[in-house]
Amino acid sequence: MTGISKSFSGVQALKNVDLEIAAGEVHCILGQNGAGKSTLIKTLAGAHLPDAGTIEWNGEHVSLHSPQDAIELGIATMYQELDVVDGLTIAENIFLGHELAVGGFLRTGEANTRTRRLLERLGHGDLSPSREVGSLSAANKQIVSMARALSHDTRLIIMDEPSAVLDGEEVKNLFRVVRELTSAGIAVVYITHRLEEIREIGDRITVLKDGRSTANGLDVSETPTSELIRRMTGREVENVFPPATPVPDDAPLALEVEGLSLDGVFHDVGFTVRAGEVVGLAGLVGSGRSEILETIYGARRATSGTVRANGRSLRRGSVRDAVRAGVGLSPEERKSQGLLLDEPIFRNVTLSSFAKFARGGFVDERRERRIATEQIDALELRPADPDRPARTLSGGNQQKILLARWLVNRTSVLLLDEPTRGVDVGARAEIYALIRELAANGDAVVVVSSEIEEVLGLADTVLVVGDGRILTTVKSDQIDEHQVLDLVMKGTAA
Amino acid sequence: MSESQSQTIAPAEAGSEAPQPQPRRRFTAKGLLSGSVGRNLGLILALAALFVVGAITAGDRFTNIDNILVIIRLASIIGVISVGMTFVIIGGGIDLSVGSVMGLASVVATLSAIQAAADNSTWLVMVFTALAVGLAAGFLNGFVIAYGKVVAFMATLAMLVAARGLAEILANRTTQVVRIPEFIEFMNMDLLGIDMLIWIFVIVAVAGWILLNRTTFGRRTVAIGGNREAARLAGLAVRRHTMYLYALAGLTAGIAAVMILGRTTAGTSTHGTLYELDAIAAVVVGGTLLVGGRGTITGTVFGVLIFATLTNVFTQNNLSTSVQAVAKGVIIVIAVLLQQRFAGQGSKSH
Repeated sequence: MTGISKSFSGVQALKNVDLEIAAGEVHCILGQNGAGKSTLIKTLAGAHLPDAGTIEWNGEHVSLHSPQDAIELGIATMYQELDVVDGLTIAENIFLGHELAVGGFLRTGEANTRTRRLLERLGHGDLSPSREVGSLSAANKQIVSMARALSHDTRLIIMDEPSAVLDGEEVKNLFRVVRELTSAGIAVVYITHRLEEIREIGDRITVLKDGRSTANGLDVSETPTSELIRRMTGREVENVFPPATPVPDDAPLALEVEGLSLDGVFHDVGFTVRAGEVVGLAGLVGSGRSEILETIYGARRATSGTVRANGRSLRRGSVRDAVRAGVGLSPEERKSQGLLLDEPIFRNVTLSSFAKFARGGFVDERRERRIATEQIDALELRPADPDRPARTLSGGNQQKILLARWLVNRTSVLLLDEPTRGVDVGARAEIYALIRELAANGDAVVVVSSEIEEVLGLADTVLVVGDGRILTTVKSDQIDEHQVLDLVMKGTAA
Repeated sequence: MSESQSQTIAPAEAGSEAPQPQPRRRFTAKGLLSGSVGRNLGLILALAALFVVGAITAGDRFTNIDNILVIIRLASIIGVISVGMTFVIIGGGIDLSVGSVMGLASVVATLSAIQAAADNSTWLVMVFTALAVGLAAGFLNGFVIAYGKVVAFMATLAMLVAARGLAEILANRTTQVVRIPEFIEFMNMDLLGIDMLIWIFVIVAVAGWILLNRTTFGRRTVAIGGNREAARLAGLAVRRHTMYLYALAGLTAGIAAVMILGRTTAGTSTHGTLYELDAIAAVVVGGTLLVGGRGTITGTVFGVLIFATLTNVFTQNNLSTSVQAVAKGVIIVIAVLLQQRFAGQGSKSH
């Protein structure tokens, strides 16, 4: 691809970007959210038509007018939001759009056989082709998505942040599959935020910043990390985790959780968070981390136990009661649980507080807009336009909307579920700094993350969760990543 | 309450500085297209096209001011119901029961007026009875949907059948004629040359517009319809508000019952038959998304006017109601197609 440009309703998303991919290589695309990665790959996948620039495929000029064109050339795409249909079986998903049929009758047997072969190739021969996709884990859905990509005669696979929903073990399997593909001469375009993954799997890197390519086809093994970060952000990022302000021992207890249980998910969870303290929950996907947060918040009704926020007992199963007591949750799935995607930024920011700003039931949009703008400035939310629909923002900026929402609402206990999922390195550092600043201002913060490093770097106190229980509670400087993993794997109290 | 309500992390300079002038949207053709005119452009064009057809085929009979008032009067009852329906649909629901609730309200109201003897002061009792019946049926719908977690389609379908049946039982399949001169006089009163039915429609539409665009009630409606889970996790009382939405739809059905009593001076169980479909068609043609989260009262008013104008054009040309029905169907499809053309640019691409 040479000189690709694309703009959306006046916003230039890509400016003169070049990208060259060799057969059999893993080509990583690196860039902050909003740098233009998604637009670039969508152009390559035929979902967007570039305004300028040309695409050559095996030496020939091609123009991709639809995803179908790209697929016919042998370009397959695995999008970030897994695009599988939950109600269909694995085989039906894989042959969706190019069903195997004779005279309109589906050849289910043949489809299942071929599906089994594809799944075996991906190291997942254990999955039955006739299983419904809705019952699969995120990792397995991704396998289905990959099998679909391979069901065509594919020469190039684009993977948009495939590791975002995966655990360590699953990422290893993903890498194994990627290596097999490349050894068969298939090129892989790999998009990720995690630099260490690029080190492990990548051959060459293209870096995007603000819609321009700042590096083209750099050799992974010869480029130091600091160089990549500099090209990505235009500045040096040294210490990702800001220093913690020590919490005085006499700081008031902001959140007290006692004997909290949710039948079949977790049992007898108890911990306290002082004002100004950051507590991290570490554990594997499925360990009950997110459910604990949601139950504290009242989004799930606890079977037993009590939660007190700022000294006040919260009613079980009542989000409104929690919000009134000064608790706020930033949910795991930002888009589906947190945002009104078609509504402007400012209304998303004031979603929990617009009634407070209203006079006699009449909303005061001018005031809301002004208050949202203050937060936009304070959190350096980009674009700094309160009227822009939330849908158009990058993951990091959408996360900032959620933080802003609770700041506006004067929340003093923040529950953050995966605050940096789908957020790039530069914006991550900003969000870490924000969280620490909130704590320094006296807020109590509970963070859940699948990245153990993040929990350890960010939190004052770490709770290791496994098997629906708290395995251990420890100061974050007295434990390292391996010990946490060890505990989690054993699944028993230390 | 002042700006210090909100807590910012940065040094609190933002609040103390002179407020920065809001960048005003430039008044360009493009800006206009993305504004309210542009959103309703398909509707304006459709309405204009109907007027042209009417003017050509029926001439003065169509274009004179009295006929225009006839059109709006024709639109008024469905219009009031459609305003309530707009809220329910924006909130992510549907109400199939409004037509039969309207019939039930008309029967109960006339019965109560007859029971209370032909005392002239009872017409207010009749009006309040109609509103109360509508409101109660709406609350019942809302309660079953919000707290009983019954799908709105089924819950209101059940109400559609049950309310009609109850109206038949109460009315004993007879028509209850009301002869309260004050009521008839009031409903046929002219204000500034415009009669009561139209005024009621205008008042309900304006009130609906304000409620949707300027109040916390409207904001909650859009939020819940746009992303129910996000609204819940933000601490909104989703279930309670859902119940209120159906209550509001029921209330508009009650108002519609009063209007039809004024027009026909009789309550019968067949009032409002199939009105729910006309209302849903008007709302959707008006650009409100059936999945919720987006919609306008202005669009709904246009939708109602388009159907009323269509009916009038056909009547003026002595065409049968069957032909009308076919044309209605065509209009629904065309209007929705146009709507997507014009509204689609600004929103999501897929």
